[in-house]
Amino acid sequence: MDFPTPKNLNYFWTFGAILVMCLGIQIITGIVLAMHYTPNIAMAFDSVEHIRRDVNGGRIIQAVHAVGASMFFAALYIHIFRGLYFGSYKAPREILWILGVIIFILTMATAFMGYILPWGQMSFWGATVITNIFSAVPIVGESLQVLLRGGFAVGNPTLNRFFSLHYLLPFIIAAVVALHIWALHVPGNNNPIGVEVKSKRDTVPFHPYYTMKDMFAMVVFLIPFAWFVFFAPDILGHPDNYIQANSQVTPEHIVPEWYLLPFYTILRAIDFNVLFIDSKLGGVIAMAGSMLLLVVLPWLDRSPVRSGNFRPLFRWFYWLFVINFIGLTYLGAQPAEGIYTLLAKICVAYYFIYFLVILPLLSRIETPKPLPTSISESVLKKAHA
Amino acid sequence: MATQAETQTTRRDFLYVATGAVAAVGVGAVAWPLINQLNPDASTLALATIRFNLDGIEVGQSVTILWRGLPVFVRHRTEEEIETARETPLSELKDPQTDAARVKEGHAEWLVMIANCTHLGCIPVGESGEYDGWFCPCHGSVYDTSGRIRRGPAPTNLVVPPYEFLTDSMIEIG
Amino acid sequence: MMSNRIVIAAIALAGALLAGPALAAEEGGGHSTPHIDRVDWSFAGIFGTYDEHQLQRGFQVYREVCASCHSARLFAFRNLSEEGGPGFSEAQVRALAAEYQVPDDSADGETRAAIPADRWPSPYPSDQAARDANGGALPPDFSVLAKARGVSDPFPTWAFNYFTAYQEGGVDYIHALLTGYEEAPEGFDLQPGQYYNEVYPGHAISMPPPLVDGVVDYADAEAGGAEVPETVEQYSRDVSAFMMWLAEPHLASRKAAGFRVILFLVLFAGLMYATKSRIWKGIEH
Repeated sequence: MDFPTPKNLNYFWTFGAILVMCLGIQIITGIVLAMHYTPNIAMAFDSVEHIRRDVNGGRIIQAVHAVGASMFFAALYIHIFRGLYFGSYKAPREILWILGVIIFILTMATAFMGYILPWGQMSFWGATVITNIFSAVPIVGESLQVLLRGGFAVGNPTLNRFFSLHYLLPFIIAAVVALHIWALHVPGNNNPIGVEVKSKRDTVPFHPYYTMKDMFAMVVFLIPFAWFVFFAPDILGHPDNYIQANSQVTPEHIVPEWYLLPFYTILRAIDFNVLFIDSKLGGVIAMAGSMLLLVVLPWLDRSPVRSGNFRPLFRWFYWLFVINFIGLTYLGAQPAEGIYTLLAKICVAYYFIYFLVILPLLSRIETPKPLPTSISESVLKKAHA
Repeated sequence: MATQAETQTTRRDFLYVATGAVAAVGVGAVAWPLINQLNPDASTLALATIRFNLDGIEVGQSVTILWRGLPVFVRHRTEEEIETARETPLSELKDPQTDAARVKEGHAEWLVMIANCTHLGCIPVGESGEYDGWFCPCHGSVYDTSGRIRRGPAPTNLVVPPYEFLTDSMIEIG
Repeated sequence: MMSNRIVIAAIALAGALLAGPALAAEEGGGHSTPHIDRVDWSFAGIFGTYDEHQLQRGFQVYREVCASCHSARLFAFRNLSEEGGPGFSEAQVRALAAEYQVPDDSADGETRAAIPADRWPSPYPSDQAARDANGGALPPDFSVLAKARGVSDPFPTWAFNYFTAYQEGGVDYIHALLTGYEEAPEGFDLQPGQYYNEVYPGHAISMPPPLVDGVVDYADAEAGGAEVPETVEQYSRDVSAFMMWLAEPHLASRKAAGFRVILFLVLFAGLMYATKSRIWKGIEH
């Protein structure tokens, strides 16, 4: 609680606390929903409707959980992009960053499995498409896919195991979050200027300064959250998921939830064979690679300067990367045809080039702006300006 | 100086107390729905009150119906059964209660009781036992023609659920 | 924040990027999505509530017309007297339910008169029976149909929908569908048992035009409700509203709670900000 924290953290640094709140909300509402939900393909859809219709306050609790998933990812992406801009992944915080990437991947897996549970059309076909990914693995692919599904197609065993895992994974996430916070406490916080804490004058105790600031940010975050829950609980979902799963009819467009779209675009963009790797496996490798790349990011960007504020060239490429990422999200929701396939390839290419070419190159050629000698110096200069 | 500092302190304290109070209200407002969701839902409550038509149950016949998930005996008693029940002196009873208190006025022929033995919840067998009422095979409790406990481990009479006659042949339980 | 300008620039750029392909697709023609008119629903917006009389009329249309083919398996009679719905009394609902027979294994003849706790009986015993009776097409269940349909708005309209909390795409579509029957244009190939509908995807729908002017004689006007025209347009609106209620029965209480919650959060945020500022006072940061 008296943890010395840099005094110059901006509001982007409150998203860590917001994410802890999001995880808590999901776990609490999830436990409640599990009390009323039935994981069986004949009853799952109706049991979710039973929650919405008959359970006391069920419509709101269910909406909090569903909207909560989106809010969780919104906060998660802001948190990650903050880290990317301010160089929070750089030494000595590599472990902290890698734990974060693990949390991100686990959260995507959890959200994906949760989306299967209402057993609507998108649930079913999403599960079918994603479990099909595993069939791309050479040699053992088919067996692996059958193993995951517990059958030859997505069915009752799949739904039951996804329910079980969807209940389990959040607790594993919580454990990794604990490690993430522990790993944060060893080197201490990064900060917007990226200069390490030099003296006590650079810091304030975490409590009450950051507890109150974080709480303020949490309450503000809850306002759009509540907006969606109470006024537009279904706007972030897809109407097709209000149609019960039907293994004989595929929806016109299968669209995952928005937060998985960038990676879905990467998966779809590889529609050509590379040597002995066919397009299907290629897509899977690209998607897995796009996530695993984040793990090695601390060793790709060797620039000694952390904060993007002092890296004039980096900033341009960084914002282009942000726009590119929004583009990947947008393209994931579009049909894979016409101009969209070309745009998707360009966006995917930039995603990889940013990490594999631009960042390593920039650290060699860029001349950073002069850094302030300490946090307190930069704070005072700002106050006088 | 001192007064100014004091005013500052008071104002600050007020702000902190107000914020804390609002936070507490928020926690309470969130906690309640999370507890209330445990209560019976609307589909369960809709069956908390049921109507039952007595037409077709002959004298001396009894049926078992389901109410709130519990079995309920509805018995059309014979004159003789009513007579025996009425004449039993209260002093002979383990859980003294008159027969009139166990039926509705003017409808003494109808006995409506929750069918779980008050001992450990088994369902007693009708028209048996030495009082010609009910006999619980699990642990040997014996009930009379009014469903009152006469012998055995059960402590109290069979429970009469809340019910009323809507018409002479229609009861509403719950 | 020094990066404010960059953020704005980024958003603008992203907007342009997103709009580009969207517009390109519009101009490219693709398959023309028919325009779906937005109806001014009483339940739209953050203060929206259902109009009891409209729900009663819509229920009458459902009961007298749609229910002969379309089930509503999650709809219970008791819903009709629940808060925020059409506002029938419990006695009315009990009497109404008694007019219907529901399956019950323990009853004589395996059916009995319905009670308020029962669900609305389905017109067909199974999906297959429904298909057989309707030339192979399955009339969809009405329970959540109003939320299972939607309108995909082009950019930037869909972006504004988040701020206007537009959730009526489904009912707008249903209303447009019910009023969208037309003569098939010259050369349009319709199979027997299909009808031309302007808004239905592919235009060939298996449902014959269900509504004609005057087919339902509204009882509500006699019961003190407003006098409304007995036209296809009016029937479509009323039954669409009824279907929205069927899919989202707690809409009114949800929105009312939302208003209080957001008001509370704004107040709480204000106090938190004051507290935080007071604590940080005198600390340069």
